[in-house]
Amino acid sequence: MPVNTTDVVVTGLGATTPLGADVASTWDALLAGRSGVTRITDEWIQPFPAQLVARLAQEPSEKIDRVRSRRLDRSQQVGVVAAEEAWADSGAGEAGYDPLRIAVVIGTGIGGAMTLLGQDDILEEKGPKRVSPFTIPMLMPNGPAAAVGLAIGARGGVHAPVSACASGAEAIRWGLDMLRLDRADVVLVGGAEACVHPLPMAGFASMRAMSTRNDDPEHASRPFDAGRDGFVLAEGAACLVLEREDAAKARGATVYGKVAGAGATSDGYDLVAPHPEGEGAQRAIGAALRDAGMSASDIGHVNAHATSTPVGDVAEAAAILGAVGDHAAVTATKSQTGHLLGAAGALESVFCLLALRDQVVPGTANIEQLDEAPAVQKLDIVRGAPRKATFSAAVNDSFGFGGHNIALVFTRA
Amino acid sequence: MSSTAEIQSGLAEILEEVAGVAPADATPEKSFTEDLDVDSLSMVEIATAVEDKFGVAIPDDELGGIKTVGDAISFIEKNNG
Repeated sequence: MPVNTTDVVVTGLGATTPLGADVASTWDALLAGRSGVTRITDEWIQPFPAQLVARLAQEPSEKIDRVRSRRLDRSQQVGVVAAEEAWADSGAGEAGYDPLRIAVVIGTGIGGAMTLLGQDDILEEKGPKRVSPFTIPMLMPNGPAAAVGLAIGARGGVHAPVSACASGAEAIRWGLDMLRLDRADVVLVGGAEACVHPLPMAGFASMRAMSTRNDDPEHASRPFDAGRDGFVLAEGAACLVLEREDAAKARGATVYGKVAGAGATSDGYDLVAPHPEGEGAQRAIGAALRDAGMSASDIGHVNAHATSTPVGDVAEAAAILGAVGDHAAVTATKSQTGHLLGAAGALESVFCLLALRDQVVPGTANIEQLDEAPAVQKLDIVRGAPRKATFSAAVNDSFGFGGHNIALVFTRA
Repeated sequence: MSSTAEIQSGLAEILEEVAGVAPADATPEKSFTEDLDVDSLSMVEIATAVEDKFGVAIPDDELGGIKTVGDAISFIEKNNG
């Protein structure tokens, strides 16, 4: 199997999030400490215990025309919006790459739930003949990847990792592998999620996974805070364009940073509960460091998965402490974005690259009283305002129901 | 019972809604796939919309034979009222 040892770099970024319509506005809002969380006021939410959501700052219909939109599930729409920004940003579309060597890896946690549930309503009310012929291509979990593949004309492979809330990070790992294994010359990677609908809201709430701080939306997502009570469901997408360093340099592309390494493990512990000491998560971070040829002391910043659930944040703190130590500046950006599920790892990887570029660590909002768990206490968690820092490597870790653990190491351009 | 002109304009409305075809382009000689970029799944949607608008069901074995806007107009004319 051919293995290409050239480093893999990031040449394009794209995002559509609760904080902004693109990467620049999202990053500005993050550093300004703004929250994307609001309370749902629709009639249907009344019996729901958890009524908070982080909706997109800009509707995808602002960027995708009506006819195209009606054939795309909302998860596909956000994926296309983020991908088109990243692709344009990279300039790879004009770089003369052979379409047979252009690939896409876009993950999603839930997929086309809005379509599945919407068409089920039509089935019940109007019968099978009224179900849309676009139902299957809109609900399939490879839908966002396939729609993006069509949008950029990728013919070198379109893949869709599905590992719940680790999906977006796993896509980046797949893209890295594809370039290292010489299976493509450019890979557009990322995650897409849009499932703000009563059923997922009810399901997550029944797991007691969501915050019920309904009267205080902006302060509901509070990773590492003693008073945290669950995550806030968010929607959006983020994408990155990966290329080999020599090719990117040869065409004069702007380089945001390198994907230096990746690690993936599974807990083998429980279907949804994280291992209490974050054993699998710690192994994933360790594997990513080894893959990058780096040691823990090289890591200056960790963008934590930290969703604001009582159990998850403490287990992750133990994992970070064990794998990286207590010297890195840790942040939990879900305190402002909410939890984008299968897009979270991609968005937080974008944040890692921008943090490296700007030499600043975004703050974690809403920590009033730090959790008393010893591992949380020992970490250097950046609270409140962003912190200027000097660092050359950052870790993003992501975990998903099912015991999936992905860690990624990014380095400065 | 609709006139040919009414059927053509009704069909044009459906084509605009489903496939983004400009009404002026929905003329009888146009091929759905070749000229108007209407794919097979969209043809299924168009058939459903035709049934709603004109009360004319297009069976699957007939749908494949409808190649142009004119074919669709003729089918609707023949089968409505």
